[in-house]
Amino acid sequence: MERSRRSFLKSGASLAAGGAAIGGFPYFFVKDANAQGAPWVKKGGKIKVGVLFSLTGSLAVVETDSNQVVQFAIDKINKAGGIMGMQVEPVLIDAKSDIKVYSEKISQLILRDRVIATFGGYTSASRRAMAPVVMSRDHLLYYPTCYEGRECTQNIVNTGPLANQHSQDLIPFMVKNFGKKTYFVGSNYIWPKESNKNAKVWLEKAGGELLGEEYVELGGSDFTSIFNKIRQTKPDFIFSTVVGDSDIALHKQFKQEGFKVDKMPIAALTTGEIEIRAMGAEFGAGHILSAPYFQALDTPVNKKFVDEYLSSKYGKGGVTHYNMEETYLSVYAFKAAFEKAAAKAGSVEAVTPRMIRDVTPGIRIEDDISPEGLVWFDETCHLYMKPKIGQCQGNGQFKIVQAAEKHIAPDPFIIYPERGVCKFDGLHTPDGKIAKSVL
Amino acid sequence: MSVNHFWTAFAFEPFMNALLIGLSVASVWLIAALGLAIVYGTMGVINMAHGEFVMLGAYSAFVLETVVGVPFLLCVPAAFVIVGLIGAAIERGLVRHLYKRPLDTLLATWGLSLVLIQGVRLILGPEPKNLQSPAWLNASLRVWVFELSWFRVFIFGVTIAAFVLTWWLLHRTRLGLMVRAVMQNKEMAAVHGIDAGKVFTLTFAYGAGLAGLAGSMFGAIKNVFPDMGSGYIVEAFLVVVVGGVGSLLGSLFSSIGLGEIYSVFAYFTNGTFAKFWLFLLVVIFLRFRPQGLFADAMARR
Repeated sequence: MERSRRSFLKSGASLAAGGAAIGGFPYFFVKDANAQGAPWVKKGGKIKVGVLFSLTGSLAVVETDSNQVVQFAIDKINKAGGIMGMQVEPVLIDAKSDIKVYSEKISQLILRDRVIATFGGYTSASRRAMAPVVMSRDHLLYYPTCYEGRECTQNIVNTGPLANQHSQDLIPFMVKNFGKKTYFVGSNYIWPKESNKNAKVWLEKAGGELLGEEYVELGGSDFTSIFNKIRQTKPDFIFSTVVGDSDIALHKQFKQEGFKVDKMPIAALTTGEIEIRAMGAEFGAGHILSAPYFQALDTPVNKKFVDEYLSSKYGKGGVTHYNMEETYLSVYAFKAAFEKAAAKAGSVEAVTPRMIRDVTPGIRIEDDISPEGLVWFDETCHLYMKPKIGQCQGNGQFKIVQAAEKHIAPDPFIIYPERGVCKFDGLHTPDGKIAKSVL
Repeated sequence: MSVNHFWTAFAFEPFMNALLIGLSVASVWLIAALGLAIVYGTMGVINMAHGEFVMLGAYSAFVLETVVGVPFLLCVPAAFVIVGLIGAAIERGLVRHLYKRPLDTLLATWGLSLVLIQGVRLILGPEPKNLQSPAWLNASLRVWVFELSWFRVFIFGVTIAAFVLTWWLLHRTRLGLMVRAVMQNKEMAAVHGIDAGKVFTLTFAYGAGLAGLAGSMFGAIKNVFPDMGSGYIVEAFLVVVVGGVGSLLGSLFSSIGLGEIYSVFAYFTNGTFAKFWLFLLVVIFLRFRPQGLFADAMARR
């Protein structure tokens, strides 16, 4: 996950600033639009969707692929006749890896371009920059990558694995195959910290032992001090939630410091095909990844997806990876939900962004479309999915060593039972109230 | 599992390794800072594009290695030469015209850094490149209690060599004498027949070349990408400011001091906390000694 997630450092400040800027922005626009009750989609017109990813800056490495795969999916849908006979028109915007731009541009997409949904974001910081805008306009965001949970909103549809799905199988697998003792290394921001909280729960259940937990700043590339402690404590495996540049530095220095991958592999949540390509397969071989999708998945649908994507004009990157596939799914999730909402409302002009979200629970993306196999949405608009565990091979591709037998339920509040249970209409707190739009 | 993982207890072997890591960190920071120290000290130019020279060095090495097929060990000195030439061109074309306006140099070099980042991104693409290093460098060696990564040893050796060479150039050659003369009083040196313009071009090129040298090595411990330079610039400035502007020895001692402080704090607590303490200590230090460790003998600017 390239480099990507470094701009988080500034996120707190800019988020606040961005939020303030939006509050004052073109309020009359909204009033106008709502007063007229103008339809989001005109009959026989085009379905406009926002595509808000970073094409420049530190997040570009991963988000360029997200941008490309959304266009690829839309092209495919349009070629096959569009959605209910209407063509989908993407409004492409570069978020420039800048948290402020995410919140400004999603306002613009909603108010000026009047898109009916937006696909965007790759980092928790960008999601949290967009979410307040989306919620205050009662609009719709597809957030297509892994995230930590602990949010219960009624305007976001997620197609990546939640923290609880991510490590539930991985930790017991590692404990069983490599040993009980582990060391956690992560990037210093919210997603790794929340993921590690989840992982600790599974570690305890599997009878594992946590020897230490360290975080490096985003973009930090010096792991010598951490490796010194790892050498001292001798864990059986390293559990990594390091992202971006740092992830590549971690794997390179692992080898340069003389560690052996067969004695103490790194089990990661993020080191996929794209990271391996960036570091060189010699540094990735033998390490382990948990993800719902791998390029090497041996199914006819995935083979077709990989062939079509890589031979299309969007596939210059040369690999497919889990983040890309999750983004691909989000477009088909939108298509299915739009059709369901239109059928329910009786006409396409009556469809609102919120309506699309409200019909999303229960939607299935069958294994003739979904490269990772059948998935479906629960009532909170997260996916039921089968996480898989892959081991990187010498050619940079993963060998799938274990796949979940059953679909694992998403649960954004699994480790916060005291805060309540996330349901369709909001967070049901223990004192019997329902909290909406919980961030 | 409710162990308190914040503090690590003292143990002999890892602590000795932490001291060694301090030296290794110091060598990385010093090689990143050396060019900055020379340019800042000699010309009074705060080169905000220094990090981007590091990045250019990494890209030079990458292009030479993958496109031309030059072995990694030759890419390192080649990066020095290439980025040095780029530095000379930039001094002639841009920096030269701003010597009398130090604040404008700051802005201009900052703008230059943005141009370089975007230029590289446009020409070579935003995705990170993989700079390969020979297999024997990606291994480690155990000596007594010390665990030595060959790559760290390599960086350490190159840094020492670059430092000694720079010191020798400045203090044992006629060119160095001229540089030091210009450093102390440009006008007076010019009166004595020294072509200050030429000295400045050479100095700037040399400083840029050192950054390129650093970049070619950093590219192999992480990755090569357009904004990689920003990751080193803070520590480089820290080393220069704490060491004392214009003092090579100052940079040497401050990098060792800062590296050891960082590493020892990182050993007993963690890296994030160690950075926090490091910055705090530097602020306190500069409060009482704003001129840095070794700046007394230098001319006031």
